[in-house]
Amino acid sequence: MQSTEAEPKAKAKKEAAHPSGDKRFKVLDMTMKRNQYRQDALIEVLHKAQEAFGYLEEDVLMYVARGLKLPLSRVYGVATFYHLFSLKPQGAHTCVVCLGTACYVKGANALLEGLEKDCGLKSGETTEDGQVSLVTARCIGACGIAPAVVIDGVVAGKQTREAIVNRIKEYL
Amino acid sequence: MDLTELRELAKKERAAFKSIRVHCCTSTGCQASNSLDIKKNLDTAVKDAGLEDQVQVVGVGCMGFCGRGPLVQIDPEETLYEEVTPEQAASIIDGIKGSGEATATKGDSQHPFFSRQMRIVRENSGKIDPERIEEYIAVGGYESLYKVLHDMTPEQVVQEITRSGLRGRGGGGYPTGLKWATVAKMPGDQKYVICNADEGDPGAFMDRSVLESDPHLVLEGMAIAAYAVGANHGFIYVRAEYPLAIQRLQKAIQQGKKYGVLGSQIFDSPFDFKIDIRIGAGAFVCGEETALIGSVEGKRGNPRPRPPYPAQSGLWECPTLINNVETLANITAIIGKGADWYASIGTEKSKGTKIFALTGKIRNNGLIEVPMGITLREIVEEMGGGVPDGSVKAVQTGGPSGGCIPAEMLDTPVDYDSLTKLGSMMGSGGMVVMDHTTNMVDVAKFYMEFCRDESCGKCIPCRAGTVQMDEMLNNILKGKATLADIEKLEALCQMVAQTSLCGLGMTAPNPVISTLRYFRDEYLRLIQQTSNGKVPV
Repeated sequence: MQSTEAEPKAKAKKEAAHPSGDKRFKVLDMTMKRNQYRQDALIEVLHKAQEAFGYLEEDVLMYVARGLKLPLSRVYGVATFYHLFSLKPQGAHTCVVCLGTACYVKGANALLEGLEKDCGLKSGETTEDGQVSLVTARCIGACGIAPAVVIDGVVAGKQTREAIVNRIKEYL
Repeated sequence: MDLTELRELAKKERAAFKSIRVHCCTSTGCQASNSLDIKKNLDTAVKDAGLEDQVQVVGVGCMGFCGRGPLVQIDPEETLYEEVTPEQAASIIDGIKGSGEATATKGDSQHPFFSRQMRIVRENSGKIDPERIEEYIAVGGYESLYKVLHDMTPEQVVQEITRSGLRGRGGGGYPTGLKWATVAKMPGDQKYVICNADEGDPGAFMDRSVLESDPHLVLEGMAIAAYAVGANHGFIYVRAEYPLAIQRLQKAIQQGKKYGVLGSQIFDSPFDFKIDIRIGAGAFVCGEETALIGSVEGKRGNPRPRPPYPAQSGLWECPTLINNVETLANITAIIGKGADWYASIGTEKSKGTKIFALTGKIRNNGLIEVPMGITLREIVEEMGGGVPDGSVKAVQTGGPSGGCIPAEMLDTPVDYDSLTKLGSMMGSGGMVVMDHTTNMVDVAKFYMEFCRDESCGKCIPCRAGTVQMDEMLNNILKGKATLADIEKLEALCQMVAQTSLCGLGMTAPNPVISTLRYFRDEYLRLIQQTSNGKVPV
């Protein structure tokens, strides 16, 4: 009796997980479960997915769509609407240059141009070896210490071109 | 919990305060300059000096003077140290002990930057540990919530807010009491309260600072609002760009539940209220209320036509109250000290105080809370200390929806109506000072590019109009434009402003219109340069 009861349970569990066996999908499962598979939790789930996978590949979007019982078009629509979601792989390290007004007045544009030259990248691009992505932000709210740059999630204020290049040189 | 228990807790917490409190700023700005290491070193130094009985190191929220961070302040003497390094931490403790001199730069806590301020919303900022609800309770927190739940009817609360004259701090300046009354009047059992913390204006960080420095103030304001309008569920929609604010809010909500000031049967009353956090994903348009509602529902942040207003049909078609962070942060003080007190501050039509983020080409960068009606000159020259080299050329207020106010008009009082009259607006409170090195056409182009990128694309005037205006400004900057182009640009500005669906499009032309109004010669110079001194027609 016991074994027959356990079997379908195990099967059901297997079905829920992604066929590739990729453990990161388990993180997604947990997030969706915590949000009770509510459709309005889509943005939260996508945030988690991007955190786990680095970017939102098509497979992940389909998985989320199935999990939340939403049409893929809706999931894709949301993923492409918001700036923070990326459908392309990001570099292992990211350098975000803030282009908010205060940073702009303090020369963030020139800073970005300099960095583009030094790294051989345009903003939004990643180095060929996948190490560094150079991105821009609209305003990170650190206006008091403009111009500000975020390297791997850590905010640094009153930056110069040389200081940033020194910090990311090792990744380049 | 009842009032005696709450006051007992506050008393106990206050008794535990040491006689000397060393406040170390742990907000985003100062954390970016190693303030966490400073705090760690201060802690070690206190222990090494054996001063644990008298001295307490507290990680506090923003003290406001972000441009000179990291800041350390010693209370009660209010000795301020600026641009502290982790290495200097030990010497500050030596200074307290009397065994040495502090090597850190001493600041002036009586500087006009501080002394001209009037702190209502930021009263506790930089004074209490934002990660501990006990400290908030120690300074009288949650007493206003208790008061409304036990001594006031929802109608009385709405009346009190109406009488205070509080207006929305997110930019529009809609009377808060009127908004509350509309939601309160709506039938239906399910209503929502949303706190708009999607502070998208570049150059503004007041809401981030309030959330990071005093999250419980906002939670208490939301709970009072919910009681007044009859809601039982609230959402805080906060930008993903503010990870520290999100983290502190999450902690605050948990603590609030633990102490029974959030959740069911708050303060043993029949009032239930829970708060969920919704994290944005980087879309400026989500600051618009109908777009924000879409985003909370997990959809694309597209605005929809109003009416119906969210107050009538908002989140999941239920009546919804949407207020900005700073608006909600004012509520506790209004209930605590009374509407008459609040209404006595400010000007006839703009009551209370407003927080501004003073940034750009100015000596003293940071956050200031000032009474409405103060002049721009007082803010920029006295508090801000003026431009480091040269003089003020313009002050930009209101972000991409606002305009540039020229130096000649610095004597304008800061209130909703005066700023609108100048072609700018109060906005959420960004104030970016520009000097002679700033090219005003370039500024207009900067904002237009911003609006072009952030336009959601739903309505054509905004989607196509911003692209065209951006292109025209580009041509002017490159010297490829004629006088006729400026006329065309002006006509297009009018058209986009009048026909766009939401606030983003309606106000997108403002920076162009205001720079054309006050700095037209800069546009003309760019045109003249390329036509060899002759103005083409």
